[in-house]
Amino acid sequence: MNELVFFFNYVVVAGSVTGSIYAIGAVGVTLVFSIMRFAHFAHADMMTFGAFTVLLLTTAFPGAGAALGLPTAVVMLPLAMLLTAALAVGIDKTFYKPLRAHGVKPIVMVIASLGVTLMLQGLIRLFAGTSGESLYVDDRKEIFRLALPFEGARAPIVVTEPQVILFVLTIVCVVGLHLFLSRSRLGKAMRAMSDNPDLARASGINTNLIVAVTWVIVGALAAIAGTLLSLDVTFKPDLSFFLLLPIFAAAIVGGVGHPYGAIAGGFVVGFAETLAVFNWSVLLRPFHDNLPEWLASADSLAFVGTEYKIVVPFVLLVAILVWRPTGIFKGKVI
Amino acid sequence: MPLLEARDVYGGYGGMNILNGVNMTLEADQIGVIVGPNGAGKSTMLKAIFGLLVVTQGEILLRGEPIHNLPPHRLVQQGMGFVPQEHNVFPSLTVKENLQMGAFLKPGNVKRMLKQIYDFFPPLYDKRHQPAGELSGGQRQMVAMGRALMAEPSVLLLDEPTAGLSPLYMHEIFAQVKQVNSAGVGILMVEQNAKQALAIADKGFVLAAGQNRFTDTGAALLADPEVARSFLGG
Repeated sequence: MNELVFFFNYVVVAGSVTGSIYAIGAVGVTLVFSIMRFAHFAHADMMTFGAFTVLLLTTAFPGAGAALGLPTAVVMLPLAMLLTAALAVGIDKTFYKPLRAHGVKPIVMVIASLGVTLMLQGLIRLFAGTSGESLYVDDRKEIFRLALPFEGARAPIVVTEPQVILFVLTIVCVVGLHLFLSRSRLGKAMRAMSDNPDLARASGINTNLIVAVTWVIVGALAAIAGTLLSLDVTFKPDLSFFLLLPIFAAAIVGGVGHPYGAIAGGFVVGFAETLAVFNWSVLLRPFHDNLPEWLASADSLAFVGTEYKIVVPFVLLVAILVWRPTGIFKGKVI
Repeated sequence: MPLLEARDVYGGYGGMNILNGVNMTLEADQIGVIVGPNGAGKSTMLKAIFGLLVVTQGEILLRGEPIHNLPPHRLVQQGMGFVPQEHNVFPSLTVKENLQMGAFLKPGNVKRMLKQIYDFFPPLYDKRHQPAGELSGGQRQMVAMGRALMAEPSVLLLDEPTAGLSPLYMHEIFAQVKQVNSAGVGILMVEQNAKQALAIADKGFVLAAGQNRFTDTGAALLADPEVARSFLGG
């Protein structure tokens, strides 16, 4: 029983946390790809920018969350989403739009986004320094310990407040995005443009407007992902940059350009990572007496060490692309 | 005043002219058909009208207003609809969503126009929740025409609407083109099936090497032995 609780805490909860963040990140990447057909490498630093904005706002207005019973950082999130959306639209207008107008190849856009990401990183470091900082400036991180009503269950299920917020916000994002894309006029126009930009123009759809709407959504999602990540751990200027590659892996695993695929891909990659570094020996403890000597005496039965965690998404990526070259959901072929 | 008028139009891609002085006039209630051999500039002319390539000389007028070199979304606003030959639906969107996209600039019209389009193309009503990419070629063509009609155009440009369709579907599409026309939409279409198309045409334009070779009523062109010999396969 306690072993199962251990499994729940360290795999189900931890995997959902990583999966949610990858999923929201991958949706952003995939939306940019589906509308503008390039891999947007600056996405991770947009996430960091969003989290940094939350940090600044939280420091500026301490105690703002107390009235609502929420951490101040969460109360500040909508404002940070707006600011990050504005940043995304601004970056597009300044750097990507002129390139698009020249009709450059996608690779040029990719390189430009690399430039943007380095710039953003530099700017954030200029103001935030390089050390980590908790987004819980004025309030305490709540930890919920749910004792189980079973005989002999000593270990409680442990979930932290930011994790609960993360799960709730992920569900809200996914449902909201689904409703937007399937019900609203602009959402449908986004899908139409992703399908066939020339026909979208011939239908009278203003494609510049769709591009701007895409950046607003992408910026807002980036702020959510970055903030949720920083709430769960701490804010660091290079925090999301190290998620860039797994997020891309998630987007590709799910099927590039496919928002639902990105969500699925995010969770697949998140859980794969968590399961790969999970120490299985704990689960084997109850069967200790019946196990062969070599298995029973091992202390660490993780598939890979934590330091090799970053490799997992790519092994998975290769495996899935061999099985389904366009990803779990049928993605766009570049 | 004619609905659509092209006066001595020159144009092409990347500095090379494909159109070398095309003249066309279409009245509001007419069906115009452009025929001619491959490479004559038929589709190019349609694209030039819809602002998809640069008109270097001459002018194109919609109800007397010059429209050459306006961007496509402006032309949609002014009452022009265009159905490309290929890639003319949004494959992952449902039939209904495809149609809704046609009325993007006039969201208030969607409900009324949807009903009208389903009346025009009854098969689409049954398939309205199906992705357009899963439809047969003929039904896809209906979606494409329906999408363009959603914006209530006064003139509809069709680029080879029957390309790749079976003779059965070809007749159905032509019948629908006539029906759309009798609802008050001027039609200008490019067709490979020249005889059948000219049979329903009020105006026929035979292009060769980017110029008008023959211009007359559809019936007169069909009856002209020279047109028949050179362009309609005897």
